[in-house]
Amino acid sequence: MTCLPETTERQLGLAIDLDTCVGCNACVTSCKEWNTGGHMAPLTDLVPYGGDVDGVWFNRVHTYEQDDAMGGLTVHFPRSCLHCTEPACVTVCPTGASYKRASDGIELVDEDKCIGCKLCSWACPYGAREFDVDVGVMKKCTLCVDRIYNENLPEEDRVPACVAACPTSARHFGDFADPNSAVSRLAAERGGVELMPELGYRPSNRYLRPRERAEHEITIAAPPLQAVQAEGGFLGWVDRVLSR
Amino acid sequence: MHPAVSVIFFTTATGAGYGLLALLGVGAALGLLPPHLALALTGLGLALTLISSGLLASTAHLGHPERAWRALSQWRSSWLSREGIAAIFTYVPTAAFAVGWIILGRVNGWVAAAGLLAALGAIVTVSMTGMIYASLKPVAQWHTPFTLPAYLIFAAMTGLTLFNAILQVFGLGPQWLIAVAALATLGGWGFKRAVWRHDSGMENRPTLNSATGLTGGRVRSVQWPHSERNYLLKEMGYRIARKHSARLRRIAQVLAFAVPLALFAVAVFATPWAAVTACVLTVPVQLAGMLIERWLFFAEATHTVTLYYGLP
Repeated sequence: MTCLPETTERQLGLAIDLDTCVGCNACVTSCKEWNTGGHMAPLTDLVPYGGDVDGVWFNRVHTYEQDDAMGGLTVHFPRSCLHCTEPACVTVCPTGASYKRASDGIELVDEDKCIGCKLCSWACPYGAREFDVDVGVMKKCTLCVDRIYNENLPEEDRVPACVAACPTSARHFGDFADPNSAVSRLAAERGGVELMPELGYRPSNRYLRPRERAEHEITIAAPPLQAVQAEGGFLGWVDRVLSR
Repeated sequence: MHPAVSVIFFTTATGAGYGLLALLGVGAALGLLPPHLALALTGLGLALTLISSGLLASTAHLGHPERAWRALSQWRSSWLSREGIAAIFTYVPTAAFAVGWIILGRVNGWVAAAGLLAALGAIVTVSMTGMIYASLKPVAQWHTPFTLPAYLIFAAMTGLTLFNAILQVFGLGPQWLIAVAALATLGGWGFKRAVWRHDSGMENRPTLNSATGLTGGRVRSVQWPHSERNYLLKEMGYRIARKHSARLRRIAQVLAFAVPLALFAVAVFATPWAAVTACVLTVPVQLAGMLIERWLFFAEATHTVTLYYGLP
């Protein structure tokens, strides 16, 4: 049913730290690796070794430059499904293939019901859904439902593949419905933001902006060579000898 | 947005077909249409051909057309589902109307009632189509108060052009009908120009700053996540050169509005034979113009996902 649940018991999601993300794409490749054999498998790649490669990915890392008063800043920006509270991608679905789970707020696609009309991808402002031309259905991030509840995995591994892979711990997974959860507190401390809040989708994922930098001139570790003041004493004598 | 041929044909053809069906239903109920077999066959045949071929074309872009029946299930939340249901329900009174008018040769009593119900179904279905686009917040050019009226106005306009042409061919069209059709075309032209003026002045749209949460300062994309065009860019990132856009807008206006208006003027003042020819000619010319208008409706629409790629 594509009507949204009135409330969800939990609202799982990610807090993504743009301050520590180094744009290494480990989250991208581990996502692809896990999910091409997981719930939404396969994540088809068309002509993977040809010139015109194209394929389904749930997570993509953009790189931006931000100009501010302190100069420029390079920001690596992972973009994936935000598991919104008001996801129009779910309500536009004519078949009931798209749904939001009342238990944990995760949005999923039932591949057996999807007719491949693509309307959900039009309704998503964030580009989270990608159509699999080969299978003819829409695919999207599952927040690794097949990992986070998987009792065959050690408990510490029951997190989304992207979170497990991140070498700088820039990705944090948890329940945003609980104000005392680690991710909720982290987002509150760091002033985590929603993307495009003006559209009213109320995303669950929060982005933590790069920390404010210290309010002083940009310093260079080695000061440039400059003329040495005429000095007396031993150093002055060395200076005179070397300057000959 | 990618201008898919199937969806352009679907919206244009069903718009004209439902417009014609609504006018036939109302016309019959008002006693404007006689029980005339050839007229009934041509009118309803044309309307149903346009509607049915359009609906069939709309399934052509599906990944799994054989599952299309599932689209009737989510009417509580989905405009696309509501459109499918409205389209199917409209066939019921339309079939009754066709049986009454074509086979029984009458346009009064229950046949007139069926005609009115078919007209109502046509209006509801076109409204649902309009709402599919109007409800999409990520596409600023569609999520406006203009989109729903645009679908209704252009359905009425193309429907009237068809209705007038058919009645003139059978010698049943009064002179004032040409004037009404001309007024509808003039109104459609004015509305389209108002929409374009509105689109060019849109403000308060999402920016790359709000899309990334990086508020303050200028944010620019320096590297995409992939080297080739992906699904998002192919489907949502369709771009049309500004000069082509301006030229296509002129061509659309000439074909959809200016030439039909000139032909209507000819039809009012010319000899009966020339008048009928002019009225018939308005149909292909206007529909060709509307296909270009609909192509632009998609091609000029921008989706917020392109912000992430540093595109407007």
